[in-house]
This record gives sequence, C-alpha cells and structure tokens, in this order.
Amino acid sequence: MKADVPVLSMTREPEAPLDPPSQYGGFRREAPITRISLGPGAPTAWLVTRWEDARAVLANPATSTDLSRPGYPSRTPMSMPPGFFLFQDNPIHDVFRKVLTREFMVKRIEALREATARIFDGLMDELVVHRPVADLVEAVALPLPSLVISELLGVPYEDHVFFQEHSKVLIDNTVTGAQKAAAQGALGDYLETLVERRRKEPRDDLITRLGQQVDAGTFTTRDAADVGAFLLFAGHETTANMIGLGVLALLEHPDQLPRLYAGKAELATAIEELLRYLTIAQSGLARVAIEDFTVDETTIQAGDGLIIMLNSANRDEAIFSATADELDLGRANARQHVAFGYGIHQCLGQPLARMELQVVLPELFRRLPNLRVADRQEVIYKPHAAAYGPALLPVTW
Amino acid sequence: MQVAVDVPKCVASGQCVQIAPEVFDQRDDDGMVVLLDEAPPPAEHDSVHEAALVCPAAAFLVTA
Repeated sequence: MKADVPVLSMTREPEAPLDPPSQYGGFRREAPITRISLGPGAPTAWLVTRWEDARAVLANPATSTDLSRPGYPSRTPMSMPPGFFLFQDNPIHDVFRKVLTREFMVKRIEALREATARIFDGLMDELVVHRPVADLVEAVALPLPSLVISELLGVPYEDHVFFQEHSKVLIDNTVTGAQKAAAQGALGDYLETLVERRRKEPRDDLITRLGQQVDAGTFTTRDAADVGAFLLFAGHETTANMIGLGVLALLEHPDQLPRLYAGKAELATAIEELLRYLTIAQSGLARVAIEDFTVDETTIQAGDGLIIMLNSANRDEAIFSATADELDLGRANARQHVAFGYGIHQCLGQPLARMELQVVLPELFRRLPNLRVADRQEVIYKPHAAAYGPALLPVTW
Repeated sequence: MQVAVDVPKCVASGQCVQIAPEVFDQRDDDGMVVLLDEAPPPAEHDSVHEAALVCPAAAFLVTA
C-alpha cells in the first residue's frame, strides 16, 4: 500500500447527520475514480464517486459481486450461500432472481398495499399508548417491514412474533456473534421446515412457490430457506432505516410536507427524492473486476476491487444540478437516483420499498401532525452500519 | 416515437411500469417487460424517455 492512498472514511459531519461525508464532494470534483484504502492493513480499491461512472461500473459485465473472489474489496473475505443471490454472478444469480421477479412485480406488490396500511395502523395504535415518548424505530420502523415480509413469504400469523424476534437479533449490533448465529440458525431451520410443510400443503404464497422450485429440481430446500432469509435480510433494516431517516428529513423540511398529499404522482416523486437524498447504503456497493476495462479514461485491471459510493453519486451536481445537496420533494429527475443500485443486481424489492414508504410516511404525519423529536432526547445513529439510519428515534406528538 | 424492448435484458425492476403504465406492463408469470404501445402518443414521450433512462438493464431502444 502506498503511503499517499487515503483511507476511506464514512464519518459524517456531526451537524449534518443526513448528509454523506463532505470529503466525497472533493473526490467527485478532483479525483472521481481514485485509489483508497479500506483501513490499516486492509486492501486498496478504486473509489467511484460520480453518478455516470457509478452506473457505468455497475452495468459492466466485467465486474463480479462474488465475495470469495481474490481482490473483492472487503476486510473479511467470505462466501455466501447460493440463495443470497446478490453475491452470486451469473449463471447462478439469474436462477434465483428469475424465480423471484414475479413475486416483486408492481401489480403483486400493489396488492399488498392494503395489508401494509392495516399493519401500519395496528403498530400506530400500539405506539400512541406510549405517550408522551416512544422510539419510532422499535415501535414502527423495524416491525413494519418485518411483518410485511412475513405476509409476502407466507409465514403463518401465529409465527410472526417468532419470526420478528429472531430477525430483530440478526440486525442488532449490540448482541454477540454467538447470539446472531443462534438467531440465524433458528430462522434457517424455521424456514426450511416451512418450505417442507408447503411442499405437502401448498398455499398461494412465496414459500410455496419456492417449494415448487425444489420439487422441480431448480434448487434444494436449504437454498429455498436461504432465499427466504435473504429476502428478510435485504428488506427489513433497509426499509426501517428509510422510514426513520425519512421522518427526520421531513421534520427538517415541514414546508415540503404538503407534497406528500398533493396526489399520487407527487407522492411518488417525493419518495424518490427521499431515497436519493438519504441513500442509506452508506458503505456503497463492492465489486471486483474480472477483466480489464476502462471507465472515464481510467483503466481498471482484472482483480482490482471497486467501491461504488452510491450516496456520493446521488449528490452529483452533474446530474442533480447545483441543488444536489438540498432536499426538493418536487425534484423532476429524482427518480434517476441509484439508491437501489444499477445493473442486473439492482434491488429486486424496490417496488415493495416504494410502496411501504408511500404508505407509511404520509399516514404517519396525518395521524400525528405534531410529530417531533422528543425534547431533551437524542437521536442515535448507526455510523458504522452498512445501511445507515437511526438506531433510536425518540418522538413525541 | 418508436419504442422497442429487449426482453432478455429485462431484470424486472418495475420502474417503467410505474413511470409509464400506458406504455409498459409486466408479464404475469415472470414480471418481464411487456410493450403495450410501440408508437406512444406525444403525451407519453417524456415518461418513455425517463423509463428508458432509469432502466437498470438499458433494455429500451427509443427512436424519434
């Protein structure tokens, strides 16, 4: 490692917890594709900070998402089971994704909108009991996506509590590795049993259809259970973070709240802008080059690691104009953000995330028009988590 | 305006359906893109351009 390679830091300015680290702006202007170190003794990688370059790299078939490949920019090289298909290259990736594309179709997700609203109402009925102060993360942001995924997978209602308790442990940074492994094992066993049960007693749900793929020989029962666990992992804390940060951003911009109620298209645009502005995937996306290629006149060699910094790309003035660092819920091109990534691995669950946010954010402020961070209480953020957001969001109303 | 779709490229992100539901749909059995109107009227042109721009798989060919 050369001494002049800067160490990548995700540390934000304390007074701007919703903005990416300010150093990214400098990289975008002066060194948009640059070598960085992932830390002392850790490998170096290319840091990609501009929107156009980010899309070019993420769409390039000469890159891999396989964590076990040499050069993959990670401090802890590991491999993932096939069912965690985000970390698989083709042809394995497509085997899994193609089984699931049907499940996340816009019209199927729209069919879950009413159930999502009902789940949200139930959580709000419980929250208001805790007046004057409640933690919005614990009360709404975390349980909502977990319950919606339970519904989507077809986890029986009587098992929702078990499912939610264990999925909570998986994303809790205060528990030990052993506790996490135990929760992961319990969820994996549970999902495997559920797949087996649905193979015998089919229903109209995602687990049943994964079971049919086992019957067809596409993959194993374990793979099917891993897919279920992966969907939970991918859709739980991510949406929870967006709910928490979305609330905080809206509290900072009360003048823009009416846009949430101005119509369906306006609400959709507002949610896209929140996704752009807040970009929770703060550690970016990691890739390793499997062939030499050129991006923006920089030659990337096979075996080089790349970090595509999504939250920087989403603040790129070249695409989002001089106002890129401002929240504008009416931004005409907000939807061009890369908060869900880009290329063949772009988030499969994005229609679900959008629908959940479109249900939750307007309804929350409609039910609690005086919602605010509780006096003398502090919002605690997760500065080192892969997905940024509040760990604690004490609110009153 | 002429629109063409390259279905094998589609990754079913669903964005085109949300942006231009009069022009695009998703196949019921696998979520792949379905082109409803290969010569959409002028009122749809902005939406079609936006859908083509945000498609993660660059699966659209739009010509004047």
